Formats: sequence, C-alpha cells, structure tokens
Amino acid sequence: MAVSTSPPADLSAALVIEPVAAADWLVILPVAWCLAFGALLVMLRRPIGLHPFIAVAGLAGLVVIDGLLLQQVIASGPMTMVMGRWLPPFGIAFTVDLTGALFALAASIVALAGGIYSLADINDSGRRYGFYPFLMLLMAGVSGAFLTGDIFNLYVWFEVLLISSFGLIVLGSEREQIDGAVKYGFLNLVATTLFLIATGYLYASFGTLNMADIARKAEGLRGTAPLMTLTALFVLAFGMKAAAFPVNFWLPASYHTPRVVVSALFAGLLTKVGIYALIRVTVMLLPLEREELSFVMAAVGALTMLVGVFGALAQSDFRRMLGYLVISGIGSILAGVAVGGPGGIGGAIFYALHSMLVMTALYFASGVAAKLGGSFSLLSLAGLYRRHVGFAAISLMLAFAVSGLPPFSGFWPKVMLVKAALDIGAWWLAAALLVTGFLTTIATGRFFLLAYWRDAAEGRGATAEAQIPAAILLPLAALTVLTLTIGLYPERLLSTIQNAAAGLSEPSSYLNSVFPGAAR
Amino acid sequence: MEAWFALLVGIFFTVAIYLLLSKYIIRVLLGVAILGNAVNLLIFTGGRLTRGVPPVVPEGADTLAGRAANALPQALILTAIVISFSFFAFLLVLAWRAYEDLSTDNTDEMRVAEPEEEPAQPLGY
Repeated sequence: MAVSTSPPADLSAALVIEPVAAADWLVILPVAWCLAFGALLVMLRRPIGLHPFIAVAGLAGLVVIDGLLLQQVIASGPMTMVMGRWLPPFGIAFTVDLTGALFALAASIVALAGGIYSLADINDSGRRYGFYPFLMLLMAGVSGAFLTGDIFNLYVWFEVLLISSFGLIVLGSEREQIDGAVKYGFLNLVATTLFLIATGYLYASFGTLNMADIARKAEGLRGTAPLMTLTALFVLAFGMKAAAFPVNFWLPASYHTPRVVVSALFAGLLTKVGIYALIRVTVMLLPLEREELSFVMAAVGALTMLVGVFGALAQSDFRRMLGYLVISGIGSILAGVAVGGPGGIGGAIFYALHSMLVMTALYFASGVAAKLGGSFSLLSLAGLYRRHVGFAAISLMLAFAVSGLPPFSGFWPKVMLVKAALDIGAWWLAAALLVTGFLTTIATGRFFLLAYWRDAAEGRGATAEAQIPAAILLPLAALTVLTLTIGLYPERLLSTIQNAAAGLSEPSSYLNSVFPGAAR
Repeated sequence: MEAWFALLVGIFFTVAIYLLLSKYIIRVLLGVAILGNAVNLLIFTGGRLTRGVPPVVPEGADTLAGRAANALPQALILTAIVISFSFFAFLLVLAWRAYEDLSTDNTDEMRVAEPEEEPAQPLGY
C-alpha cells in the first residue's frame, strides 16, 4: 500500500469539542421556530379556526427573535453555529452577519404584517388548503436563506421557500392563478437549477461549500479555476430569481393572480432573497469577478429599472402595475451592486430593505382599493378618496415612498445610489436612477389621480364613506409609519447598513467567526 | 473517463434546453426532468470518477492512500434528486390542472392572466 505523501492532517482543532454556547442557538432559532410552527399547523389540520392565531403568534415571536439576533450581531459581530459540531469547513455552518440579520428582521416584519392582513383576506377554504402552514414554511425557507453560511444549504432553502410559494400561489385554484403558476413554477425551477449547476462547478473547483472558506480560497484559485464563468452563472441564476430584465417575465405573468396577501408576501420576500444571494455571492465571495462584471450588471440594472417603470406606466390594473414596480426596484438594487463600494452596496441593501416594506404595503393597499372600489382595474376604480380619506392619505404616502421622494424611506437609498454612481463617473446610471424615480412618480400619480380623485361614475360603485376592517388597516398603517420613521430618522439604520456593507466587502470578521483564530 | 462524462452531460443539457424552449407544456416537463438529471450527472462527474475504490482511510493514517471518488457530491446529488423529483411531481399535477382548466397545453394560448386584447386606458379625468 502506498504511503500517503500529503502532510499529516492537523486534527487537533477538530478534536476540541465544546458545547454550543446558549447565545449561539439564536442563530438557528428563526428557522427552527418557523419549522416547528409549520409542523404544528400541519398537525392541527382540523381545527382551522385556531390557525390564524397560532400563525400570528408564531410570526410575532419570529420578529422578536430576529430583533434579538440583530441586536446580538450589532453588539458582538457575526455569529456562527455549526450543525452537529462538525467543524467548518466540513459541517454545515449557519453564520449570521449584519446583512443577514437585517434582511431576516425585515422579512419577519413583512410576514407578520401579512399574517395579520390574512385574518381578513384568507377565508375558511384558504385555511383548509393550508395557507398558514405554507406561510410558516415559507418563512423557514426565507430565514434559512438569510442566515446560512453554506452555499449548498442556501440552495436547499431556496427550494424550501419555492415549494411553499407554489402552495401559496395556487391557493384558490382560479383559472388565472393556474395560468400564472405555470409560468412562475417552470421559470423559477429553471432558475434554481442554474443555481445548482453553478454550485456544482463551485464545489468542483473549490472543494468546499462553506462561504467563509470559499472567500478565503478564491484568492489562490484565481489563476486556475474558471471563476468568471462561475460568477456569470450565479449572476444569471440569482438575476432570474430576482426578476432582472432579460429574465423577468415570470413576475408580471404571475404576481397579480394569487390572493392579495400572497402577492404582498411574494413582493416583499421572494425577489429580495434572490437579491440577497446575489449580494452575498458577488460581493463577499467573488469580489474581483464582480468588478469585472460590473458594467454588465449596471447595464442590466438600468434596463431593469426602465423596463419596469415603463411597464408600470402601461398598466391599467393596480396589481399588475405593482408587479412592474417590483421589477423596477430590483433594477435600482442591481445598480448599487454593480457600482460597489460602501455607497453602492450600502445603497443596495438599504433599497432592498425599503422595497420589502413598501412593496408589501402597496399590495395591501391594492387589496383595500379593490375592497372599496370593487375592482383592480383603473377603468372602473374611482372615487376612493371620498370613500376613505385616511386610506387615500396612506396610499399617497406609499406612492411617494416607492418613487423615492422625501421624507420617506425610499429617499435615502436613492441618494446613496445616485451619489455612488456619480462618484465612479457612471453618469448614465445616475440619470437612469433619477429618470426612473421621476417616471415612478408619474405612474403612481396617474393612478392616484384616476382611482382616488376621479369621481365615481353615476350608478357605479358606492360613494358613501366606508369602513376598513382593523385587521387590514393595522398592518397597512404600521408599515406606512415604519417607512415614514425610517425616512425621518435614518441615522441608526444608515450606520448599521454601512457597517453591514463594510462587513461584506471586508469579510475578516465573518471569517473569524467561522474559523476562530485562523483567518488571514 | 471524465471527458466522456462531460460530453454526456453536454448532450443532456442540449436535449433539456431544446425541450424547454418548446411551446408545449408536456415537452417542457420532459425538459425539466432531463435538466435535473443533467445537473446531477454534472455534480457526480465533478466529484471524480474512480472504479471500485472505497474512500476509506487506512488504519494509522490521516488521509486517503490512493485516489478515490469524493463522496460528498454523491450526497449533494441525493438531496438534489429528492428535490427535483418533488418539483417534477408538483409541476406534473400543475400542468394537468392547467390542461383541464385552460383546455390547452400550448403556452402561446395561455393568456388568461395576461389577456392579449386589453381595453384602452382611461384617458380622461
């Protein structure tokens, strides 16, 4: 038998087995919590009357957990927990840094708002078909994707959230939904398959799946491994998940078909998971390749913004217009990723968080508009201002927020992105950002004019003041107040986001958390 | 051996992409099934191919003696097979429902969610 020529492996580090510290359990808790509630709800198949309360309690708990997690990460830096004490890079690591914790917290807030809204939107039949278990499992997938530190594990969470979203999108089984779900299902499956292909190549070149380990080894592999091909594949896969321009067509085909609360959750969560993965892989794992691809990504971002906003201008259906605005927002985030640097990445993260809250609230508003006006279509939607003044005010604030006007949350990321683009001399990108903001104002303003201020035609639709159920008004108002608060007092969030962006570009603290004492 | 497998993977991808580009859902479904297998084969090949060499570390040594296939990609494939199988099952049922409800399997005719002829936009105020 041939004697091994490789140097003897240093096993001393692997033989140190310490129990997991109690605080580290917080890292895995959001996922375990959602899975436990999902399982509980699946078991309670018959008493569907209990479902909403259990789910809302679970989601409220999730917000608390994610809040604690963010606080912990702010206080003590990235945290790592390794499954089964298999030390990295061999075990599956969950590593949470500021970016992951911020996204997870925003996602849980969106999900809680959706859970409350669903009290008035999902009837008994929807509950019987399992809306709440799907919602909790979707959140397990979303939280897992934000918190994991292992790229194959990220793929698995993508699939968990995708299969739950399939369950949600066909809930109700109307003809429109089946049509939308076919396009959504096939194209998203192709996107995750592309992600899997890229992961396969990555493992074949790196011999590791741990993100921190990949970030460490990328430097030494630049000469030999096809890293540009890998990065291009990842950008295509995540761009498709995020609905970036040439591969965005599944989104406007499907997002207006399911229940309003499902659309709202999708708009707030799914495309943002794609964007998060794109930021994580291109900025932290393969930074030099991102710089190589930055022109392509900037062009794609500018086209995505403009295609999105022109699509929004052309629509006469409230929810279809919002679908195009989601795409337009993705373009702005991509522009930030392409520009890079603290301003670009920070702006991208900020814009993504803002977009999660505001797009969800806007979909809620479309549901309220349909309840009050009896339709989603501009052709028959009119006189909403007369029906409910408070709701009209909330809608106007959200329209300003999504257009990036002060004093709402959309303003600051837009400023950061425009400034970052100008700083590197990409004036055309800055112009695209500003033109998009202007056109978004026109698209939403036109909607407001026609649906809210125009008087309802005679004999069509009531004109008296109407009541909105508290379960709908509460999450809508809460999200609006949140975006106003972020717009008025951005300092703390802004500094946290800047730290998060710095932690991505310079991941030494992330590496230290996964490999204590062994980082460069 | 790896080169032949790479060629095979390429053929699988070609067939899958050709089928995915079809207008008919049933062909797209077949494309999805082949695409899943193409990826699995790709990861399998990426993990090195050796015949009949168990990846067992001999007693007293720290590392493998010879060149053996990596076992981890096979574990990854196992995960991917389960996932792609469940997705294929879901999409099969969805395609059948779509065929029943929309009475077509031609994606060009699936225009319920995005109607071809839309009423004109309101121009006046």
